[in-house]
Amino acid sequence: MWNWLKTLYHRLGSPKWFYQITGKWLPWFAMSSLLLLGLGLVLGLAYAPMDYQQGNSFRIMYIHVPAAFLAQSVYMMMAAAGVVLLVWKMKMADVVAQALAPIGAIMTFISLVTGAIWGMPTWGTWWMWDARLTSMLILFFLYLGVMALREALSPQEVAAKACALLAIVGVINIPIIKYSVDWWYTLHQPASIKLTEKPAMPASMYLPLLFMVLGFYALLGWSVLLRARAEVLRREAKSGWVRELLKDK
Amino acid sequence: MRDERLLFDDLSFDLYAGELLQLEGPNGAGKTSLLRLLAGLLPFNEGELFWQGHNINTCRDNFYQSMLFIGHLAGIKAELSPLENLHWFAALEGIKDETLLDNALSQVGLAGYEDQPCHQLSAGQKRRVALARLTFTQRSVWLLDEPFTALDKTAVASVENLLIKHSQAGGAVILTSHHALEELPGLKKLTLGEVT
Amino acid sequence: MNQINNEKPAAFCRLTREAVNSSSLIGVFVAALKREWQLQVRRKGDLINPLVFFALVVVLFPLGVSPTAEILAPVAPGVLWVAALLAVLMSLDALFRPDLQDGSLEQLLVCGYSVAPLSLAKVLVHWLLSCVPLVLLAPLLGIMLYLPWQAQGVLMLSLLLGSLALSLVGAIGAALTTGLGKSGVLMTLLVLPFYMPVLIFGTGAMQAAINGHTALAHLALLAALALVALALSPWAIAAALRIAVSGE
Repeated sequence: MWNWLKTLYHRLGSPKWFYQITGKWLPWFAMSSLLLLGLGLVLGLAYAPMDYQQGNSFRIMYIHVPAAFLAQSVYMMMAAAGVVLLVWKMKMADVVAQALAPIGAIMTFISLVTGAIWGMPTWGTWWMWDARLTSMLILFFLYLGVMALREALSPQEVAAKACALLAIVGVINIPIIKYSVDWWYTLHQPASIKLTEKPAMPASMYLPLLFMVLGFYALLGWSVLLRARAEVLRREAKSGWVRELLKDK
Repeated sequence: MRDERLLFDDLSFDLYAGELLQLEGPNGAGKTSLLRLLAGLLPFNEGELFWQGHNINTCRDNFYQSMLFIGHLAGIKAELSPLENLHWFAALEGIKDETLLDNALSQVGLAGYEDQPCHQLSAGQKRRVALARLTFTQRSVWLLDEPFTALDKTAVASVENLLIKHSQAGGAVILTSHHALEELPGLKKLTLGEVT
Repeated sequence: MNQINNEKPAAFCRLTREAVNSSSLIGVFVAALKREWQLQVRRKGDLINPLVFFALVVVLFPLGVSPTAEILAPVAPGVLWVAALLAVLMSLDALFRPDLQDGSLEQLLVCGYSVAPLSLAKVLVHWLLSCVPLVLLAPLLGIMLYLPWQAQGVLMLSLLLGSLALSLVGAIGAALTTGLGKSGVLMTLLVLPFYMPVLIFGTGAMQAAINGHTALAHLALLAALALVALALSPWAIAAALRIAVSGE
């Protein structure tokens, strides 16, 4: 297993191999994400029972919660890719990091907007300086920072390393930011899904959520691969195999 | 690699004690990049650097503490006087002897300018402040990027003297220059080609 | 293909000569402190501008919100802290750029000593010369905003601790954007999210003092933040500087 991972890792370092193998992965990610999202949406919107307090408005959770999950984990992934780039000098890690950043930002934005829409019927106001929304807003700015830095710096290798470093610094700071914001404002609902605890919701409510979360992750894989493949072609535009590839088409 | 251009391919050379190596080539051939690569300011894409028979990765500190690099920009602070500038470079080598620094400045013809802020000096004089380091440094490998820029004839001659002394004492020098340095003993040349 | 064949391999390794110098890292660190002090003291504008900026931003609030004590006093901790935070951020913008432009930065990287402690020396001197004056100016502006007297001490103490953390974290952003000709807005964008915890605990300390509670817990948290920044950020700064120089 370990050796297999090592070979995979070394091969992924090669842009050509990355392009070829991910071409085979793409349909699987696409199918599983469509399937899971479809299932989750139908079950969540049509079959899950109404919430006895919030009525139907709680159903926005099926978008809000997965988006919020992704918003946070994409940043971690970006920092992990940054470590791989800085420590092992693997350039493909930067291609992935570059692909991840806007997706993470969009997910953060979606979770902010759905949070606000959810807030209107629940709190009676579009925006509330609730700890989780505020942390999310700060996370959104962190994403914008990484993207702006990449935009500003050149050449590419310098931008890559600088963004990797910034993402790593960000990951160290995220817990501090989260803690301080929680401390600053503790008037909010307790998190309703925790991996270690049994969810308080009935299965008909949380199963669709589970499907949606998995579907979002598959969607993430799909879109990251699409973006990373396009970026590989752009970066390797001068190399033989890309010219070969383009000639065929 | 620089801006997606391949600068060096299949380049290798050795440098031994007592040798002077002059890098030559047209503008843009990568002379400065090669020096910066050796100084550790640019990352290697491929290739290896050996220091005293060991891969550089195993003896990084030893190498960098034996190396003196002076680039296009010499790191001279305009707000500080020549003497104050040299204090810092001397501190890096653990030199506390003031007379050594005074001597250094007079050797490069800056006696009398010790306490003027460097922004009042000319380009050539600033260059001399940087090169004054060469008179007291104990580091054995010198990497000099265009050391003769902006220097007048007498200053060029005194720098050449320093180079000769250094190589005779068993030091090594790599420099880029468009100057003809034919008279220097132990001089080798490495010509970097046109970029294709 | 460029190959130089050498005729005298016997001379190999003569360079071993005990060249590696005897200077200790502590000696070099002290020398770096001294040099930075000499340098930064001579850049008078860079020292005074953040102070003026601090005062100006504070003056905007009575003009923009209301000059009455009932309105100004409750927002005074926040206004003072935000203004001070922005002033620290502004003052950091040019921390490394002159060094890049005159080659001092590459000299720092090739000097053979660990870059992290030497860049720490730079930030510490900057903090002493730029942030400590801000701390001293703050009570005066506090009076103008009708800040209750019992909060003045905590204002200074919280700013003193907080500005150290702000300087260290902001220096990472300054190092990352060193290679850019102008970076003002970009650096602000990078650094401000990281400033929020410091702001929260800083103003929290003052609120506690105003309400008659002890601010010790908040100050301890600020000190902890400063210590963490002290331990970690020099390494990030050093890495960022190396990246910036490799792009030149």
